[in-house]
Order: sequence, then C-alpha cells, then structure tokens
Amino acid sequence: MSKLRKTPLYEEHKKLKARLVPFAGWEMPVQYSGVIQEHEAVRTKVGVFDVSHMGEFFISGKRAEEYLNRVTTNNVTKLEDGTCQYTLLCYENGTVVDDLILSRVSPTEYIAVVNAANLQKDLKWLMDQNKEGVEIIDRSDEFAMLAIQGPNSEKLVSKIYNSDFSSLKYYNFSQPEYHGAPSYVMRTGYTGESGFEVMVPVSKACELWQDVMTLGQEFGIQPVGLGARDTLRLEVAYSLYGHEISDQICPLEASLGWVIKLKKGDFIGREALQKVKDEGLKRKVVGFELTEPGIGRDGCDVYVGDQKIGYVTSGTFSPSLKKSIGLALIDISHVEIDKEIELDIRGRRKKAIIVKTPFYKKM
Amino acid sequence: MANYPSELKYSKEHEWLKTEGETITIGISEYATEQLGDIVHVELPQPGDEFGVGDAFCVVESVKSVSDIYMPVTGKITEVNELISDNPGIINDDCYGEGWIIKVATENKSELEKLMASDAYEAFIAEES
Repeated sequence: MSKLRKTPLYEEHKKLKARLVPFAGWEMPVQYSGVIQEHEAVRTKVGVFDVSHMGEFFISGKRAEEYLNRVTTNNVTKLEDGTCQYTLLCYENGTVVDDLILSRVSPTEYIAVVNAANLQKDLKWLMDQNKEGVEIIDRSDEFAMLAIQGPNSEKLVSKIYNSDFSSLKYYNFSQPEYHGAPSYVMRTGYTGESGFEVMVPVSKACELWQDVMTLGQEFGIQPVGLGARDTLRLEVAYSLYGHEISDQICPLEASLGWVIKLKKGDFIGREALQKVKDEGLKRKVVGFELTEPGIGRDGCDVYVGDQKIGYVTSGTFSPSLKKSIGLALIDISHVEIDKEIELDIRGRRKKAIIVKTPFYKKM
Repeated sequence: MANYPSELKYSKEHEWLKTEGETITIGISEYATEQLGDIVHVELPQPGDEFGVGDAFCVVESVKSVSDIYMPVTGKITEVNELISDNPGIINDDCYGEGWIIKVATENKSELEKLMASDAYEAFIAEES
C-alpha cells in the first residue's frame, strides 16, 4: 500500500475539522459537519467540494477529434469550442474503462476529466489506442478542482470572478483568468443541482477555496464531503464507476444508451454494444425503495421469492426524501415499476419496490 | 468539547452504562455518535433476548456505514427504546438521554468493575484518536 496523496486543500480540510478517509489513493474529506446537513445545503443553497483528486488529461493534435471519436462512445463531432460532453471509454467487449467529461477547447485541443481511481488505467488505455498521433498529457498534478453546486452557485461563481455567469449554459465552459492565472469554469456537476466545476492551477487552489468560503457566506456556503457527494448523485440516479458501470457491466444495462452513438461510425466497443442492442438486454439497473426499515447497500442480493434476480449496485438513505433508496442490477424479466422485490440485508429479507428514477426531482 | 457524564461507566467499544438497582441502561457515547455521523437506521433486539459480553446486540446505520453495537455486560433485555426505531437521529441529538438503546437485567454485577469511569474513558479516546 503506497502512501495516501493529499490534495492542495488538505490543510483547509484539517482546519475545518473534516473527517478524512482513504479514497482512490487519496486522503479525502468524507464529511465536515454531517452528511445530511451538507446534502441539504447543496439542495437549498450552495456547497463546495474538493474534487482535486480527479484526473485531467489534455489531448491535442490535428487528428484529435478523429482519435477521440474512435475511443469514446458519444459523438465528438457534436462538440463545439467551449462545450462539454459526458461520455464513456469502452473496451472492445463493450464494458467500460471509465466515464468522463470531455471538453473542447479548440478543434485540435480537448480536456478529459476522469475518475481518480481509474486515472493510470485510463492513461495507459488512451496511450495504447493512439494510432492518430495525438498528444496526451496527464496534467492532473497541475490542477486543483472545486465543484460549486446548488441553487446559489451561479451567484457565488459570478461574485468570485466579478463577472456574470448566468449566460454560461449547462455543459458549456469558459476560460476566465483567476487572479492572473488561467482557469476553466465548467457548468457541470454530479449533484442534480445547478452547478459549476472549476479548475485552477494548484498554486491558486487555497486562494479559490478561501474565496468560495468567504464570498459564499451570504449565499449559505457549506463545504461538502464524499458522503453527501454520494447521496446527492444517488438521489438523481447518476452512475458511479465501480457500481453501476464497470468492466463487468454493459453500459446499456445502466441506461447509458444516450451517450452511446452506435450510428456515428466505428468506435472501440461498438460491435459488442450493437450486438447487445440487437439481442436485447438480459439485465438492467433499476431504482428501488425499501418499504420497511433498513438500508440495502451495494452487494446485497435481490430476490423475488426464492429466486435470486440480481444485486444492489448502490444504496443509501436519501436525505431529501427521507427514504431508503438504491440501484440494483436485475434480470430484465423482473423490470417493472411497482414490482415487489426483496433484499438480503445481512441475512434478513427486507421488502422493497422497483421505482422510477431519478428518485429526486427539482420542484 | 465532547461530553462524558461522570455518573456513567464506559466500555472500550464506546457504550455507556447507567446502573439503577438491578437495571442497567445502555447507549452509545458521544464519541461513538461523532464517529458514526448521522444515524438513519437502528435494528433493535427483542425484550427477552439474552446476550453475553461482546455479543453484537444491535445494528446502527449511518448514511455511510453499518456498525454493530456490542454488549458490555451479560444480561437479558428488559426493554428497548422504540423511540429511536422511528427517529434514529435522536441518538445523535441526545445520546445519554432520549437516545438510550436498551435496558438489561444483569446478575453479574462484577462485570461492571471492568468498565471505565468517565475520566479513564476520555483518556482512552485521546489515545485512540
């Protein structure tokens, strides 16, 4: 086990008395004041997350678009300068290397933001597939990233930059200077709220964090840890790598067909995914709600009667709905809204029903 | 500052015990609630269940984790706190009062002598964290 890495904001987290835990090789804050309070702040006001552990690759070259369109599942030709796209890297067999956000800086330069846990694997995969002679630079150590999320995030980001961000559309980004340094402000997030993800050079990380905390006072700023990051994403049923998507699960089973453009031309995994589509899904990720007390956490088996029909991929207590919710990968023949299922929670059967996702919708 | 009432005894597994005649009330300490975070579900035993020292008698779940709670003494459960079953957050709010977990009858009071007084418990936590 190698030593855990620390983000540039480690001392800030310490000062705020965050509880730090190992996560994807990093020592990260799991909570500051409490998961439920942090969750509520993002749903009603504004929260800030240190996501500096995530990876940033800069991919450039004359044939960058052609290369990226071949290694990712979404249609890269739809990207324009200043726009972002959620997409997947797939293996030939159609399962997932990683999910990522791809942003186009110029027709020959792109930024890929990838999961911390998959960074080295992704980098190797991208390098190995590089037939187009593009340049792939891992600049993860040069940048810090903060996610600023919640209904007040637009006002806060506008104040930090002393510039109006109301016209920056969802999945668009801009490149304003931050205290004399280059930065990237993306209108993206993992919470289901209006929000931004801001990349600044590591040297500016603490300045930005302090700006967020100070200028955010009037908007109800709350630092948020990984605990609430998970409850927030799960309420809106966003997939998490290693749970709903992995190298063992077909992304079509996780309802990610909307980022898989089978007609765009050839790409890695296309043939396998087309085959799954033609033959029909055998299993699918569904939402469930427990109808008796308990939490169905990932790994719990799912039953109908004596028949095991699948397993839980993610489960938690939903702070917004005050219910026990989760996602499960189950046999397609049982996928039916309102169907009763049972979860094996530490040897005891608990009743649940299949429900529509997202669990939480903005009023 | 965390609060550890001096009239209680404490175990290394972070339970507190209050003795009143033949009845011992058991809950979890403020340190334990801080470590767990927001408690959202509790699985209680049944009155009449019997447990030995070190047996897991209850499951407490926070948003992020599941933890067993261990018996600090041998005993038979006489009463469980139904209130925390419906409102588990009470344990976070008032762990020594309304957030108690079980009451037990014990015949072996000598086991209580192995438990810590509040000052010893505070020192134990300081060492552990």
